[in-house]
Amino acid sequence: MHNSGDVQIPIGPQHPALKEPESFLISLHGEKITAASVKLGYNHRGIEKACEERTYIQDLYLIERICGICSHSHSTCFAQTVEEIAGIEIPVRAKYIRTLIAELERIHSHLLWLGVAGHEIGFDTLLMYTWRDREIVMDLLAQLTGNRVNYGINTIGGVRRDIKPGQKEAVLNAMDALEERTKYYIELAQAETTLIKRLSGVGVLSRKDAQHLGAVGPTGRASGIERDVRKDDPYAAYAELDFKVITSDKCDVYGRTLVRVGELMESYSIVRQIMKKIPDGAITVKVPRKIPPGEAIGRYEAPRGEDLHYVRANGTEKPDRVKVRAPTLANIQAVSKMLEDRYLADMPIVVAAIDPCFSCTDRLVAIRDTQDKKHKHTMIWETLRLKGIEWHKERGIDFTLLNKKLADIFKK
Amino acid sequence: MMLDGEKIKEELENRFNYLKDAVIIKRESRIFAQIPLEKFEEVFRYLVKQSRFDALSAITGLDSGNGFTVIYHLHREGKILVNLKVDLNKEKPAVNTVTSYFPGADNFERELIDLLGIAVNGLAAGNSYPLPDNWPKGEHPLRKDWKGRPSASSV
Repeated sequence: MHNSGDVQIPIGPQHPALKEPESFLISLHGEKITAASVKLGYNHRGIEKACEERTYIQDLYLIERICGICSHSHSTCFAQTVEEIAGIEIPVRAKYIRTLIAELERIHSHLLWLGVAGHEIGFDTLLMYTWRDREIVMDLLAQLTGNRVNYGINTIGGVRRDIKPGQKEAVLNAMDALEERTKYYIELAQAETTLIKRLSGVGVLSRKDAQHLGAVGPTGRASGIERDVRKDDPYAAYAELDFKVITSDKCDVYGRTLVRVGELMESYSIVRQIMKKIPDGAITVKVPRKIPPGEAIGRYEAPRGEDLHYVRANGTEKPDRVKVRAPTLANIQAVSKMLEDRYLADMPIVVAAIDPCFSCTDRLVAIRDTQDKKHKHTMIWETLRLKGIEWHKERGIDFTLLNKKLADIFKK
Repeated sequence: MMLDGEKIKEELENRFNYLKDAVIIKRESRIFAQIPLEKFEEVFRYLVKQSRFDALSAITGLDSGNGFTVIYHLHREGKILVNLKVDLNKEKPAVNTVTSYFPGADNFERELIDLLGIAVNGLAAGNSYPLPDNWPKGEHPLRKDWKGRPSASSV
């Protein structure tokens, strides 16, 4: 697979980009990547097995902890699947509350991504501002659910907390503030040539490859695949809400950026519709502890793409089998394709652009020259990032002025 | 008007007579079909190549007690999910790889190998996933008779 004349670089397994730490083996010819392969599994925690030994309600909390960013995605997907097996219809108000938290989670996740993307290319003012904006939605989530990250809002049969009087205004005010900011980011993404030049043609994934490799979410949509579980296979309250599926035919990191900022605008609109349409009523129905035998598949559009849960019940209070297919697993195969024939300097942004979850442990990148086995040197992720920024600076893409410009605008 | 789910059920039953009464519509966008192992390739190829079920969401493996079941979750334009179930015997469970149709199936198939000990014929050599490379041979955590490793539980 790798030519012996090339330099091979193992990157990982500990790597700041990932929900599950993983290992890349990069083959270089000069500065160009000729082949990239991925090894996963370093963060396998045996959650599926653990689920078989716990009750459904315990599993809900365990599953919420699969991911620190899309925690609500997994817990909702699991709850929906179990409710389907049990033949339970949850109250409409509970569906709306689930949808509200889901969209707030998407907003926080996409803003987080925008900041990380900015950081990887040396546009750190964008990181500072988007993460400050993200605090607005984090505070809102804490206010609504009591938690910033693992919200614990779901239960089998509905939700655990109602929206209190006064919170509606807080939600709407937050949406107004965020919309204004996001409009500026969209303007920036469409007008700033530095940003456009840096992201265009990087990490290309053709529509055909995206389809073939099973890319999901914004990664697939930026390659022109108009697919969104919220629209295609509606769950929670999405069937009653009006929104557009944002796509791009650019097939590169720039396209993935446009899709995500576009989705932010759609999410603000969805949240406003929820606050307008949410009916009064109960927020939970009683569900027996023992779930009748059966099986079901739940699908959910997480911020990173389709999340799929398969649950088989055997009539007891514990499931017989729980299977989780998180979106990153569907997208990771596409990364190897995106890296092929690209420069090493683009690797950080290409990996970041599928929005894998960063686990902040080790940041080691080891570089090995296969022609000279005696010399091994290692590079930390940070060095690779800085190298990438400098590499592009030498070729005329410099974010210094744009950083300053953005800082000046928000200072006023 | 005939619903999509019913159309697909009829299409499958007409084309493959052994699928009579084997296709179940759980709800409009969820179809389950029990396929005999030796006929799997035929049905799978038909759905992928001719019936536009050209995307694979996941492959689920499970230990059903008397044997194993592998479920292939295929979808058409994201809208309708067809779940093909294949039963395997307990002694020598094995399926053929579907990576020639979907290169992305690689990780799902490695899960079958590691977690359930189901052989996948034709799958290219590669790293183990998701268990570590030094995981003892013959230990498959998702098998129902696997109760954990003594060294792991005593820590």
